[in-house]
Amino acid sequence: MRFSNQRKVLPGFRFTLGYTLLYLGLIVLIPLAATFAKTAELSWGQFWHAVASPDAVSAFRLSFGISLMAALVNLVFGLLVAWVLVRYQFWGRRLMDALVDLPFALPTAVAGISLTAIYAQNGWVGRWFAPFGIQIFYTSLGIFVALTFIGLPFVVRTVQPVLEDFDIEIEEAAASLGASRWKTFWRVILPMVMPALLTGFALAFARALGEYGSVVFISSNIPLKTQIIPLLIMNKLNQFDYAGASALAVVMLVVSFVMLFVINYLQWRSSRHNAHS
Amino acid sequence: MQPPSAINTPRRIRRRGPTSEPLLVRWLLMFIALAFMGLFLVVPLVAVFVNAFGQGVGHYFGTLTDRFTLSSIKLTLLTAVISVSSNCIFGVAAAWAITKFDFRLKNFLITLIDLPFAVSPVISGMVIVMVFGAQGWFGPWLIAHNVRIIYAVPGIILATTFVTFPFVARELIPLMQAQGRTEEEAARALGASGWHTFWRVTLPNIKWGLLYGVILCNARAMGEFGAVSVVSGHVQGKTDTMPLQIEALYQNYDTAGAFAVASVLTCLALVTIVLKAWAEKKGAVSRPADWGIFGGV
Repeated sequence: MRFSNQRKVLPGFRFTLGYTLLYLGLIVLIPLAATFAKTAELSWGQFWHAVASPDAVSAFRLSFGISLMAALVNLVFGLLVAWVLVRYQFWGRRLMDALVDLPFALPTAVAGISLTAIYAQNGWVGRWFAPFGIQIFYTSLGIFVALTFIGLPFVVRTVQPVLEDFDIEIEEAAASLGASRWKTFWRVILPMVMPALLTGFALAFARALGEYGSVVFISSNIPLKTQIIPLLIMNKLNQFDYAGASALAVVMLVVSFVMLFVINYLQWRSSRHNAHS
Repeated sequence: MQPPSAINTPRRIRRRGPTSEPLLVRWLLMFIALAFMGLFLVVPLVAVFVNAFGQGVGHYFGTLTDRFTLSSIKLTLLTAVISVSSNCIFGVAAAWAITKFDFRLKNFLITLIDLPFAVSPVISGMVIVMVFGAQGWFGPWLIAHNVRIIYAVPGIILATTFVTFPFVARELIPLMQAQGRTEEEAARALGASGWHTFWRVTLPNIKWGLLYGVILCNARAMGEFGAVSVVSGHVQGKTDTMPLQIEALYQNYDTAGAFAVASVLTCLALVTIVLKAWAEKKGAVSRPADWGIFGGV
């Protein structure tokens, strides 16, 4: 970082930037570097053994599969919720709007025990499924419920501002040209919200991949069956298998950073898209 | 000429116009959306309070005044105060450096500040272990000097500081960017010292954004579970924060007790949501609803 040539009127550049870099290094960069360094100590064989063992492969499959399904459910219902909150007037709209942030604000441990109580065999929702032989808690269905809950706000909150700023004249033009309401939605509205929709989807998916707190209670965490990646990492840490844990963590970190890159790209495209219209 | 209100404010459409759906469709969409929100938002919220009083008011207050619960509340408050205030100081310093001066790689620095929001909670705890744990970088040195960080309170504070790292900076940078530098430059030209400029010009301008960042940061700090779970020794009364106390009670089959502690954190979450909605309505915040991936609590 080189200083620019302009004469500075305001003081404190060296001090604040120095403090920023020092604090960033101590709290964030050194710990992340240590994790990568720990993984680098492994040989390729050891690394492969850690990330391709049967329980790791099963955990990866479970994590990616269930996260994808939960994010897809949130994609559809998130768009619907955003649409209803922006376009329709009804009693309690403001309250429901504020409540959408609940999965962000509620500690994951609280969400975990609450969802477990609801979806247990004798729980408020679980008891309606029990007669059909469907068990939700302690199964992968329970993991799906938890991951849907924590991903709920992402799509709603990314799509909402786009719908709010939506120029109604475009819809009027479509209607006056003879498009049905359904066709207007499908051909005019949906393409406009698509970048925001995909951003929300990617965020919900990435969040679900790393979720721990709400899942640990509702899942039985049995290896090869209901153990997702964060729980497997936790298991390895509890057994002091730091190298194995760090290998899995590095894979997940790389996935998150790639997701972040994709999300930033989508957001950039979304803002460009809106600037054009 | 004033256009008909239906054109200007789509929210107020009641009659079926060319830009609205048939009544039946509207009712159906509203019903599905509300059912979804009811199932995933209202029911879990209500369940916390109903279960908390499942074994009566006595048990509820008994749990909250229990020795271990009180100690977990104390530890949670201590952790939140230290991590939030240090991230607050960092946030202000980082925002000052980034928005008041031009330098190379500025956007790269902003990306680095955002990094913790892309790291899953368990991994956030793990990275602290990789530095201070027995097999970590400083582990042998710490053991030789008999300093305990992992499985002790300092580790909990470090992990919490890591996961709440970006909150204040992320809130202040766009806000101060939008405000520019002219006011501070004018104050300096009029002879104010650097500190004086900051306290009397900058701080009043950013106080609502700062408060907003602190509120979100605090909610996350008090509610963090995954990262803290990795670095805590899980000793009730010593290294258990409130979320860990919930887990401990739950595993001891004291479900009502676990929900009693959970109800306190749920009230904190509700207060956070209300303050957040209020701040956004007041227009005090620059970028509503941008929490990153793991920026939620």
